[in-house]
Amino acid sequence: MLRVIVRRLLQLVVTLIALSALIFIWLRNLPGGPVEALLGERATPASRALLIKALGYDQPVLVQYAKFMQRVLTGDFGNSIRTGDPVTEVIGRAFPATIELAAVAMIIAVGLGVPLGYLAARHRGRLLDNLSIAGTLLGISIPIFFLGYLLKDVFTQNIHWFPPSGRISTGVDNTDVTGFFVLDGLLTREFDATGDALWHLILPAFTLATIPLAVIVRITRASVLDVLNEDYVRTAEAKGLRHKTIRGRHILRNALLPVVTTIGLQTGALLSGAVLTEKVYNWGGLGTLITDSISGGRDYPVLQALILLAALVFVVVNLLVDLSYAFIDPRVRVR
Amino acid sequence: MSDPITRPTVGAQRDGVDPAAVEEKPEGVTPSAIGRLGERKRARLDALAQASADKGGVSLIRDAFRRLRRNPVAIFGAAIVALFVLVAIFAPLLAPHDPAQRFDELTKNLTVDSIPGASSDFPLGSDPLGRDFLSRMIYGSRQTLFVGVVATLIGLALGVLIGALSGAFGGWIDNILMRFTDVMLALPALLLAISLVAMASRSSQWTVILAVAIVNVPIFARLLRGSMLAQRESDHVLAARALGVKQHSIVLRHMLPNAMTAVIVQATLTLSTAILEAASLSFLGLGDPDINRAEWGLMLGVDGQRYFEVRPELAYYPAIAIIVVALGFTLLGEGMREAIDPKNRR
Repeated sequence: MLRVIVRRLLQLVVTLIALSALIFIWLRNLPGGPVEALLGERATPASRALLIKALGYDQPVLVQYAKFMQRVLTGDFGNSIRTGDPVTEVIGRAFPATIELAAVAMIIAVGLGVPLGYLAARHRGRLLDNLSIAGTLLGISIPIFFLGYLLKDVFTQNIHWFPPSGRISTGVDNTDVTGFFVLDGLLTREFDATGDALWHLILPAFTLATIPLAVIVRITRASVLDVLNEDYVRTAEAKGLRHKTIRGRHILRNALLPVVTTIGLQTGALLSGAVLTEKVYNWGGLGTLITDSISGGRDYPVLQALILLAALVFVVVNLLVDLSYAFIDPRVRVR
Repeated sequence: MSDPITRPTVGAQRDGVDPAAVEEKPEGVTPSAIGRLGERKRARLDALAQASADKGGVSLIRDAFRRLRRNPVAIFGAAIVALFVLVAIFAPLLAPHDPAQRFDELTKNLTVDSIPGASSDFPLGSDPLGRDFLSRMIYGSRQTLFVGVVATLIGLALGVLIGALSGAFGGWIDNILMRFTDVMLALPALLLAISLVAMASRSSQWTVILAVAIVNVPIFARLLRGSMLAQRESDHVLAARALGVKQHSIVLRHMLPNAMTAVIVQATLTLSTAILEAASLSFLGLGDPDINRAEWGLMLGVDGQRYFEVRPELAYYPAIAIIVVALGFTLLGEGMREAIDPKNRR
């Protein structure tokens, strides 16, 4: 087990180093060069030379890469071109918004997806099953930003159930402690702020949850169907075990392995959906930051940090998924 | 193949893609399936020898095709795809107007914000520039098909190249190529596409196509590598080797064709995600900047977004078209996967 973990960690480090090298190459080959990206096209040769020296671009490539890595490892990604603030600060501000959104989305996706998939499998071929199949197919075929606009149109314009955008209403007094608005409200006992933040979360979280929900329902259904055909389930039924016992100890426990993988992979991939969802609801998280860093003149220092961060999260989540196997399935642990 | 704990998610699933679609299992042809097939063929050949009325064995592909034809859902998907392709081919005959022609008389008497609605000459109305929306929708099928198919084909070609090299040679080539796909898989799909587009100095239709294509390369590569590895262990490859068939001929004639089924199924499913990804890039303002091009993703992502509150139809029509077509490719792809699955063979 330990050997496997060490090997996976090494692989992960290699992947991240390779990615950082690619990002480094990318930055050096920016359209117009990194100096132009910083100074704009109308810079004087003198200021250009000054910046080249200041950035260390007159030094050998390997030295530059080493310095780049040194800065990356100490968390120094430079300053945002757009705002001039340190990149870590810019990202730090946006981070809680996305994590909050992603967490609620995953709670929705898992909380609805696993039971729904299980029920669909148990009622195979009947109405609930067919509805869930149709729903999941639609879920993976619909452009989620369109779904976002649709939900927004229905629930904020036609019936005013939810606020159209943002994370909190203007006028609601929330004290910023952690940046997680729901949590902040609880910590400072400003429960109206918590309520308001949750109220703002519902539509975006449902939009973001669409794809993971659809995928989780499908995988759970398929996996439970596989297990239902196993001999040991029939044996358990023949033994006269109670339904609850069969469901929990025989079916779900065995069917859960692919579901856990799916949940992990979908969590890692949430940032893709977040970029789209956050734009629809003007959310102001990492997704919004990515969009703004590209469309408002490319903000390369922010982009490179975001890409590395996204990769780190994605790869670590994948690793955790693999390792979680050992805890669910004792057979894996033995190897 | 490596042990399950290190690679349970190989062919790692991209966001939104059913992992079963990219599972690293030798779809269609497991050694035992081949054994079974052999038995069946032998039995059938015996029968043939006795009663020459029989027309011979059924090939794997034909067998799968027969099962596909009996699957109404897959047929429905295929019908959608066929309709879509037909509209794309006959667009010039079907469209009442030139999709790029601006009818100034439609927009002349309007305020800045309003967009001409439907009239007898323009059944779906026009877009903000006074171009017939129905014609743009019809011609849109062409561009959408083009983006989806070309992106998928490029991704498929590169992925097959990497996967085949990896699976055929193994060893350090395999190791390097797979670490390379690891790096590509270290980012969620849309984020990788965004990074790739951001790399280009100017966006164009081709930056979108290439970005979407490259996102799919590691998926195809890992999938094919997995099937190739399974093929390498299979009886018929062993037999070929024992007969002294040359290495390149084993790879090209025995391993690759058998390993390709799973990849082709995946390509069908990719057609749907490619169209959706291209639409997402357009929505983020990273799409094709050519305003004359009628492509559904572009229409939905740009005008559909901008005028959603004034004229939601500008979003609805292309969105519905995209959903239906994506659904068509998904249903067809899943039908194909079911059809080649040896579990379903009788």
